[in-house]
Amino acid sequence: MQVQSFTAAPDEVGQARAALDARVREVVDWHFDPASGSPFWLERARTFGWDPRREIKTFGDLRRFGEFEDEWLRGGPVERWLPRGLAGRPVYVFETGGRIDYELFSATLPDEYFPKGSNWLMLGPSGPRRLRLAVEHLAQYRGGICFCVDLDPRWVIKLIQKGWSEHLQAYKDHVIDQAVTILSANHDIRCMFTTPKLLEALALRLESIGTTIRKAGITGIFSGGTEFTPQWNRFAHEELLDGAYMTPTYGNTLMGLAASAPSGPHNGYKITYYAPQPRAVIEVVDFDDPERIVEYGETGRVRLTTLTKEFFMPGLLERDEGEREPPYERYPWDGVSGVRPYRAFAATTTVGVY
Amino acid sequence: MLNLPVIRWGEPYTSLEVDEVVHFATGEPIARVSRANGGLIQRDMRKAARAREALRAIPIDELIARVGGAGELYMHAPLPMGDGTQSPDEFVHAQSASTGLPERMCRANMKKNAFVLAGMRSILTALTRGLDFEVLTRGHGEERQVPISYQAQSPVLGLVLPSNSPGVHTLWLPIIPLQMGLVLKPGPQEPWTPYRMAAAFFEAGIPREAIAIYPGEADVGAAVLDSCPRSLIFGGQATVERYRTHPRVRVHGPGFSKILLGDDQVDHWERYLDMMVESVFVNSGRSCINCSGIWASRHTREIADAIARRLADVRPLPPDHPEAALAAFTVPGAAEAISKAIDRDAQAPGVTDVTAKYRPGSRLVKQRSADYLLPTVLHAASADAAVARQEYMFPFVTVVECPQAKMLEAIGPTLVCTAITCNEEFRQQLVDAVHIDRLNLGPVPTTQLNWLQPHEGNIVEFLFRARAFQTAPLD
Repeated sequence: MQVQSFTAAPDEVGQARAALDARVREVVDWHFDPASGSPFWLERARTFGWDPRREIKTFGDLRRFGEFEDEWLRGGPVERWLPRGLAGRPVYVFETGGRIDYELFSATLPDEYFPKGSNWLMLGPSGPRRLRLAVEHLAQYRGGICFCVDLDPRWVIKLIQKGWSEHLQAYKDHVIDQAVTILSANHDIRCMFTTPKLLEALALRLESIGTTIRKAGITGIFSGGTEFTPQWNRFAHEELLDGAYMTPTYGNTLMGLAASAPSGPHNGYKITYYAPQPRAVIEVVDFDDPERIVEYGETGRVRLTTLTKEFFMPGLLERDEGEREPPYERYPWDGVSGVRPYRAFAATTTVGVY
Repeated sequence: MLNLPVIRWGEPYTSLEVDEVVHFATGEPIARVSRANGGLIQRDMRKAARAREALRAIPIDELIARVGGAGELYMHAPLPMGDGTQSPDEFVHAQSASTGLPERMCRANMKKNAFVLAGMRSILTALTRGLDFEVLTRGHGEERQVPISYQAQSPVLGLVLPSNSPGVHTLWLPIIPLQMGLVLKPGPQEPWTPYRMAAAFFEAGIPREAIAIYPGEADVGAAVLDSCPRSLIFGGQATVERYRTHPRVRVHGPGFSKILLGDDQVDHWERYLDMMVESVFVNSGRSCINCSGIWASRHTREIADAIARRLADVRPLPPDHPEAALAAFTVPGAAEAISKAIDRDAQAPGVTDVTAKYRPGSRLVKQRSADYLLPTVLHAASADAAVARQEYMFPFVTVVECPQAKMLEAIGPTLVCTAITCNEEFRQQLVDAVHIDRLNLGPVPTTQLNWLQPHEGNIVEFLFRARAFQTAPLD
């Protein structure tokens, strides 16, 4: 299979790096300023013996904070994470990024397939998750209305663990029934967010009733939430989408949405994600030595840094692994491909359930 | 190295994801197998009816002749295998290399498959109890002036196949002549038989659109079971429990096969020693039909001791050795875990590892990167011991002391029961015992199958429903 490259030019990479360093200084100034910082960081700064506002100048300097422990995020009070500079502003407990996230992400969606003003279907986990709100905001930002169909992944995990396969199928059918009803109701829905598994189930259902995703009106899909393999990407493009455009995404509450570089036969349907830099940065680090960034093409664990006024998180080792990828022309910073559950956790985690 | 594609109704499809099949001892890759995904199967199953249509266009008599020809090709001809070809010898080497089964056992399993294909007419006649094959094709007919109807319950049979025993493939060989398509999910270490058999079928004139092969992970097996109205799955006890009540799925798991010695014959137990050893030892004890329990009311310690001595000299030999009798464990750590479980079993009150005194060292033998377990015979002084109803995938048997009057209640589910007794009352109780599947009265090894008889249920009854059917002339 022929592989094309869209590597970013060195000056673009340099500019992106300079913007990132500037962002680091701005965010560190904010979070460690007694007037605007969060109680968590201000308290920790007292134990450092050095002043982050004076000594953190570049992204690389963030390593001085050491590894960010995910345990710190568990338990309350949640207020310790709220920057004083944002006091009195509305707070969502799952929200970290605010407007800038979907504005940035919106710019990655081609208008040809995601027409401005058209309506959306959000088919996937909602409830206490940030994703639904992000998709709804995205739809509204682009001038559309978002219709939502929920799926509760925690119930799905229980059904799998109990071996209740008939209930699992019935629940999946129930979710897809609702999606088909909405798509058939003349709402001019052109755009959709859904997970790979639900996209597959929807496409197969539509095929069984003599239509397709495209014929149902959908022209653009962004999909994510679970592992997205090249083979599945190819299968979707060749056999499910009927010409609709699909862009894979990777993200979580702490990072926001990472866009992907175009994939297709030219690159073996490989999916490479690029974090919404400079608000979040993805690095791929050595499994045993997280201080070492692996070489391009080498496998490692994903490390995430979040740099927003709402939230500062330097160097959280994620529950995912993948291969480090070079900067792409549109996203001139490092990316990650082949994202999958981190091998040390994979055996004990029920993944890809929805 | 061979590359094996997914086969979608006869058409090769190379996946972007592949799994390597490796040599059990060296870890050297032997083949790269395309990995299907669940959605691909669900989508293909929309065309399952075409498989049956293509087969129904060929009379069953003709299909029987063609699969007979396929058996010849399977045994003797070089056949396509993915992007290469494989001679029968290469097939045996590859199967032995990935499954750990000695080559002579692979050849024996080949013969079994070829025997079933050659005898297909007799087998189908027996399984359908002499039904006119045309009834299966048309769905109805007449027998002894009575209208009859056998309705196919599925256009295809799905199979989630194991890696550990190539002998199980005999169960699906009659499906094509029954004019139903095959949807095969090969065991990860044994893709060879499904691919070789499909190649032989195609060369013998079976329509390509009748066969699909979907290698892959657990999601692929689940998709096969979800998508096919009738399926067989092979697995462990957990799989059995999961699918036991599933009407669309027939599950084949551990056999817990046993030999019972009646009080009237047990004093002559030495006459049956060869039969007992064969039942435990054939095919390296891997099959569900291998005997894992010998039950008697007395002489049990002598019986256990005699079998242990007969098996004491068995040692792992290279897989191509003509006398190799032990299969290697190909899943890392599995043999060690089993051996530790047996050691725990043997610590229960009244349980003894009889082989231990005849074994120079450990039960577990490590040779290069392969693990073997030496034949093991336990003695249980009571049927209450948990190990009395245990089965492991190597030559392993527990000789259980149990009064005859309590035997049938205590043995639990039993796939094959060989009973040595002339006591008419006991024989009748054995015939009536619904937890016994295959019953052998007399010294028949549990591993000896009569191919004209059903195995764990009649496949024809699973695939066709006998129902009422009447016609009346229209004006």
